[in-house]
Amino acid sequence: MIPSLPRPAWLRVGTALYVATFLAVLFLPLVVISVFAFNDAPYPAPPWHGFTLDWFFADTRTGRLGMFHDGELMASIWTSCKVGLWVTLLSVLVGLANAFLVEHHDFRGKQLLSIMMLVPLVIPGVILGVSILAFASRIAQFASGHFDLYLRFLRPGLPLVVLGQFSYIATIATLTLRARLSRFDRTLEDAALNLGASRAAVFRTVLLPYLRPALVGAAMICFLLSFADFNTTLMLVGGSPPLTVLMYGRMHEGATPVLNAVSLFLMVASALLALALIRRAPRP
Amino acid sequence: MREPDAPAQARTSPRLALLMTPAFAWLGLLIVLPHVELAVLSFRAQVGPRHYVPSLLQYRTFFDQPEYWRTFLRTAWMSVVATFATLCLALPIAWVIAKIARGRASAWLLLACLIPFWISETVRTLGWMILLRQSGVLPALLVDLGITAHPVELLYRDSTIMVGLVYNSMLFMIVPLISSLESLDNSLIEAAYDLGAGGLTVLRKIVIPHAAPGITAGCIIVFMLTLGDYITPTLLGGKDSGWFTEQIYTQFITRFNWAQGAAFGFLLLGLSTAIVVLGLKITGQRFGDVMGRR
Repeated sequence: MIPSLPRPAWLRVGTALYVATFLAVLFLPLVVISVFAFNDAPYPAPPWHGFTLDWFFADTRTGRLGMFHDGELMASIWTSCKVGLWVTLLSVLVGLANAFLVEHHDFRGKQLLSIMMLVPLVIPGVILGVSILAFASRIAQFASGHFDLYLRFLRPGLPLVVLGQFSYIATIATLTLRARLSRFDRTLEDAALNLGASRAAVFRTVLLPYLRPALVGAAMICFLLSFADFNTTLMLVGGSPPLTVLMYGRMHEGATPVLNAVSLFLMVASALLALALIRRAPRP
Repeated sequence: MREPDAPAQARTSPRLALLMTPAFAWLGLLIVLPHVELAVLSFRAQVGPRHYVPSLLQYRTFFDQPEYWRTFLRTAWMSVVATFATLCLALPIAWVIAKIARGRASAWLLLACLIPFWISETVRTLGWMILLRQSGVLPALLVDLGITAHPVELLYRDSTIMVGLVYNSMLFMIVPLISSLESLDNSLIEAAYDLGAGGLTVLRKIVIPHAAPGITAGCIIVFMLTLGDYITPTLLGGKDSGWFTEQIYTQFITRFNWAQGAAFGFLLLGLSTAIVVLGLKITGQRFGDVMGRR
């Protein structure tokens, strides 16, 4: 019940307990990961053997390999970053075009098109992955059969991973940018045009500054989503796995605390990114 | 807001055409055509080298092999249970954030619920593995407390998968619930209370009908994500967890039987679409309204 109504004591206590338990469970896995990133033992399991930074910095002299010296791990982080940057760039650009298309223009079939733009969100990621895999392979076969072209980027690998992630992250970018653009006062645009500004000048000096916070926000969300994606990536990945896929493989083999270390590193990094996002968010 | 300049742009101007290109390239090349390809793959059978005929062979295999359709039903059923459990656990929290906590407290609570989901599912699952496996934290704790004599294996059970699924879905339920509860006018609840309604009556007659759009949106998203999940069932459920996405992966990547994999993909897509449509029908909502609100 709401605060303006009398709430019996058991309900107040019960609510408080529920919220506390809920938050505890929510953070439990993250706390456990962080703690065992510093445990001086070869497996991330109790009991506690003392504090160490080996899982971050050790360079095999102690028989341990810390994350910053683990070449495979570092390469996969770099791969994830590259993929993330491409996905972000593509998604934000396409999302921007879509936002203008739907918010500022009218044409036949607009309703259908704007619904189509939402569809990627309700297709399971695994299916997005396999369908793009199959279609790309069909084009590659066609190209090599009819034109004697060998299109390497259509075989499983990072270009396909980028396209696969982009296929649904573009929807998120579109939604974010549309939400901002729909609140834009178009008389500002008219005023600028009346005063003799060219369309390009209006875009650069009026629309772009207005959209800036949403562009930054969308870019950060796209990057985080791309970095965290697993389902679509798994189906399209070739020889060089991004971080999530590499971690998954190692977790199957039996994890070492290096994975805890890299997880903690990711938590700190995404927390910083999230903080930056919150600080930049326009006040409502 | 002014009217879109309809007369000038009803005919496709070059500028409009240019603006449409990215959308059509994206949706056409990465969504529509790949799914057409998947449909073609699934509905044909190879009768000779490079010779195919239309066929329902792949779908017949699905129904003939109990392993396949059992996994499918199991995935569907567990997703339904996970969605319902998520809804039940998320509703009180959403209520506290939207109605009971005020100002900063409410904002902090929401932020606390958001934080774990800034990190990938792989990382969250690692946390659960460290907590639940036989050498992990909880079994050790149970021994210390004298509840069990030896560490028990808490991984590789259906209930473990369920914990992971519900945990991973929480945010996607809480956010739509909050936005639909915030718009509920408190005076309605006060009026009901004054007229003698108890907590359950208020919940059934006022809160749930009002929050129906949020509940639908949350359930649709959670069901779809659960159905399409891969990491949680395979890592927390172990070798014989039997999740349908795993079958798709096996057919496509391990056995290289794309035709069978495509049929499985279509079955999964069919199920998830059916649930989305059903959810919208039951609550009488439109797809664009539910999804566009996020």
